[in-house]
Amino acid sequence: MDVLINLVLFTMMVATAIAILRMRRLFAVVMLAGVFSLLSALLFVTLDAVDVAFTEAAVGAGISTVLMLGTMALTSREEKLPRKSSLLPLMVVTVTGAVLVYGTLDMPDFGSADSPAQTHVAAQYLERTPKDTGVPNVVTAILASYRGYDTFGEVVVVFTAAVGVLMLVGGLARRKDPEEEAD
Amino acid sequence: MTLEFILGHMNYWLFIILMMTGFYIVVSRGNFVKKIVGLNIFQVSVFMFYISIGKVTGGTAPIYPIDLNVDPDVVYSNPLPHVLILTAIVVGVATTALGLALIVRIREEYGSIEEEDILEIEQEMQRAENTEHGSAMGGSA
Amino acid sequence: MRHHLILRVITKLLVPPIVLFALYVQFHGDYSPGGGFQAGVILAAGLILFGIVYGLRKVKQVFPPWLVHKLAALGVLIYGGTGVVSLLLGSAFLDYSVLASYPKDGQHYGIIAVEVGVGVTVAAVMVAIYYAFAARPPRISDEDW
Repeated sequence: MDVLINLVLFTMMVATAIAILRMRRLFAVVMLAGVFSLLSALLFVTLDAVDVAFTEAAVGAGISTVLMLGTMALTSREEKLPRKSSLLPLMVVTVTGAVLVYGTLDMPDFGSADSPAQTHVAAQYLERTPKDTGVPNVVTAILASYRGYDTFGEVVVVFTAAVGVLMLVGGLARRKDPEEEAD
Repeated sequence: MTLEFILGHMNYWLFIILMMTGFYIVVSRGNFVKKIVGLNIFQVSVFMFYISIGKVTGGTAPIYPIDLNVDPDVVYSNPLPHVLILTAIVVGVATTALGLALIVRIREEYGSIEEEDILEIEQEMQRAENTEHGSAMGGSA
Repeated sequence: MRHHLILRVITKLLVPPIVLFALYVQFHGDYSPGGGFQAGVILAAGLILFGIVYGLRKVKQVFPPWLVHKLAALGVLIYGGTGVVSLLLGSAFLDYSVLASYPKDGQHYGIIAVEVGVGVTVAAVMVAIYYAFAARPPRISDEDW
């Protein structure tokens, strides 16, 4: 039953990605990107990652869509027809995919409880969190307390992105050419 | 190549297919907004790959009951990939915002957001500079 | 957007629950899925919705751009400030156990303080980026979409 739900969601996501690839109207592409984010949030829930699903739904379907629509209002509505052939990108993508699949042949099975990812640090976090912090949400406890430095770095990265965007787009659009105004 | 091996690794391969679709959009299409959308698809499928490493069959979300009576029979999924991916999602939206701001400025400078048009404009500017340089040095272009 | 009556009425009804939900997610991040990032993004989404439907000028009256920029820096300051307070109380940077008389209470206070810092910064950053994009004159008129 789990496998069936995962397969259905994955099929819808692949269909959305192929539609994004083929469509030329940018408005439809941006909306489909929002749909893709929501479908991936559903998939995160079936993978037991509820915090991540929450964040992905809010960020991907909310903020990203608004920013891309704002960019579209300032640039253009349609994509030009591609002129060059797509054989070389297809070959590059196939080779990369084959190498990645070769890399996953050694990995442990999906959902196994004795894989290296489950046994070392994670088991200790799950055990020590009620005793050290008394916070029921283990993800928040790790994010804010055990790995607080990383979260600090992330907040500074978000702030830096705001500074960068404000420096690029913050002032009003300046006139095109000073020579055009002189005559 | 038993059925069990295929079923156990199928999720990795499915997410690699999604990753390659996003990668193909980035590499083959010339419109910058579409490239950013393709990059987002690639990013989200990498996140799904990473979180599927931490899933335990029969497990549940790593949140204890509110009174902290931990039932020793319940199996919890690994919380550590969730934390790393939370950070990665927010950093991803920050870089997407920066990329979109760059696209707006490129449109103002070059008048188009297609890769082919911008390459043509750059080549013409380069040629104009070369002929200027050549005539300044005394040769005939 | 003056002629979209349904949108204006529904937005007026929806924005207060959105802000309330953002505050709920912020402070219940310890007990259920949630926390600073999600709350900041939800709050920003509510404000952006108000700005899209009612116009940029009205939302700038509620949250002027200078306030939003200063709030973005204030969140980072709260986070770093919690770490420095632990330094001043004699322990390591970002060690919350010394913030109260019992280590568990100290952890609670520290986690709530840093999550507030994160939520404030994320909300302010998203709204500031939206202001920057929406303030430029658009190249596509409203009928051409």
